[in-house]
Amino acid sequence: MKEVVVLSGKGGTGKTCIVGCFAALADSKVLVDCDVDAADLHLLLNPLIQENHEFRSGQVAVIDDQRCTKCGLCQELCRFEAIKDSQVDPIACEGCALCFHICPDEAITMEERLSGQWFISDTKYGPLVHARLAIAQENSGKLVALVRQQARQIAERDGLDYIISDGPPGIGCPVISSLSGANVALLVAEPTLSGIHDLERVLAVCRCFGVPALACINKYDLNEDNTHHIEDFCRRENIEVVSKLPFDNTVTEALAKHLPVVEYPESGVAQGIRELWHSVYNLLTQAN
Amino acid sequence: MIISVASGKGGTGKTLVATSLALSLKERGRVQLLDCDVEEPNAHILLKPAFVGSEAVFIPVPKIDESKCTYCGECARICAYHAIAVVPRHVLTFPELCHGCGACSYLCPEKAILEEGRQTGIVEWGHSDGVEFVHGKLSVGEAMPSPVIRKVKEHANGGGIVIIDVPPGTSCPVVEAVRGSDFCLLVTEPTPFGLNDLVLAVGTVRELGIPCGVVLNRAGVGDNKVERYCHDENLTILLTIPLDVEIARLYSRGVTLVEGLPAWKMAFVRLFDRIGDIANERSGSAKR
Repeated sequence: MKEVVVLSGKGGTGKTCIVGCFAALADSKVLVDCDVDAADLHLLLNPLIQENHEFRSGQVAVIDDQRCTKCGLCQELCRFEAIKDSQVDPIACEGCALCFHICPDEAITMEERLSGQWFISDTKYGPLVHARLAIAQENSGKLVALVRQQARQIAERDGLDYIISDGPPGIGCPVISSLSGANVALLVAEPTLSGIHDLERVLAVCRCFGVPALACINKYDLNEDNTHHIEDFCRRENIEVVSKLPFDNTVTEALAKHLPVVEYPESGVAQGIRELWHSVYNLLTQAN
Repeated sequence: MIISVASGKGGTGKTLVATSLALSLKERGRVQLLDCDVEEPNAHILLKPAFVGSEAVFIPVPKIDESKCTYCGECARICAYHAIAVVPRHVLTFPELCHGCGACSYLCPEKAILEEGRQTGIVEWGHSDGVEFVHGKLSVGEAMPSPVIRKVKEHANGGGIVIIDVPPGTSCPVVEAVRGSDFCLLVTEPTPFGLNDLVLAVGTVRELGIPCGVVLNRAGVGDNKVERYCHDENLTILLTIPLDVEIARLYSRGVTLVEGLPAWKMAFVRLFDRIGDIANERSGSAKR
């Protein structure tokens, strides 16, 4: 079983549209949406939810007003500024429990936090594991690890060959959690100065975790000078640019209809994405 | 007046709006732009500030004084993040898991735990064309952006206009960046992804009790469901930016909208005035 994760550093470069297309093109796979804070892949795959689970992770401090003598020690020691006037701000609380341990009145308890939900769904293209982090919650990295583990179990159970994973933007906790242990990372870059900067940082994270990377330049014709810069950069870094996709309004038209753009097979970008999947598939098959 | 610019979905135009808004308000007083997207900061690419100072960001992690340690294991039991393990005659620490809460050091019965700083990022500041600029950069391979975001926000001046460029998503780094703002602008695009992530972002901002309004970017493609949602939710669309390849090309070259197309400046000044009206109205009604 091999896993490809699609990342970009910068948001909005086309990760989810590309993963939606891979869903339509690939055989024998499980799909997983690792962007648990702003999950969008389900909007292209129209899933039927088969299983719905609560995600409980971490704890939050709760002060019992009856026992609290308002001595203020908890507020003084909390490094997350989560306690004010003997009230806990559950959004700021990181669940460290220092207040629970030090409260002289034993007025503080730690309660388990409901941090989100995760789902196993059927789609016309195959099984999808996805999640929704509750509003303003932390521990997205743990939820990412959980959905990946579920995808792996489904692949093992059903004898599927590939896991195709839609990653989150950025380089922090949920990205690291999406990346570690994957066989290949496909980095989707756009030819803007911001896109180049963010590609460099996300590639450094791939290196940090030893995951081989490939690049794809989306909307390459928006700025061909920048496209050349990305190609030069990738050559120097020994990263293969497996595809250059043109800007094409058909992507947005398909999106408005909740369809991956490869469902419009005659469009230029659909042809490009078919070739892209072919390259990724070949490299994934050879990957360790 | 602190205005944060957020979005849920990445790549909708947060940095484009934040930079042009900051540049358009110079005549209104002291203006500061804080780039809190510390995983993938991009505002400096558009504003090209001259940096004048920098500061490393450290989180305090445990350092065991083995001469005092009795290997009682209390620190390992207390740590909510599993960042300490005690084995016979040795204490193992996992600094990358540590949140820096200080519980181990405070609660060690032998006072055998000191703290030392571990660098997780850097904050840099300078100025660009009359705008004071501050940004943070999370070190590659680090999972936790929040301490770097907190450090960037410590640089917020009192009294002037502060524009905060927020990371994408809806989870803890977004909350850290947006918290304390007087108003939050939510930048979206008229696609199912834009709408889905706008709904999530509105949920987060409302949870924080911060008034918000919408900037609709790339108007003219996709569908009108974002407008319908805004109408139903009583959210004002404060600025509409059309889908225009010229605007996309300017951004790709790292040129701000108001610099490349100066006619836009009036639109950003008007946007600021409308935000002021909404924020005042709200604080007026809160007093009543």
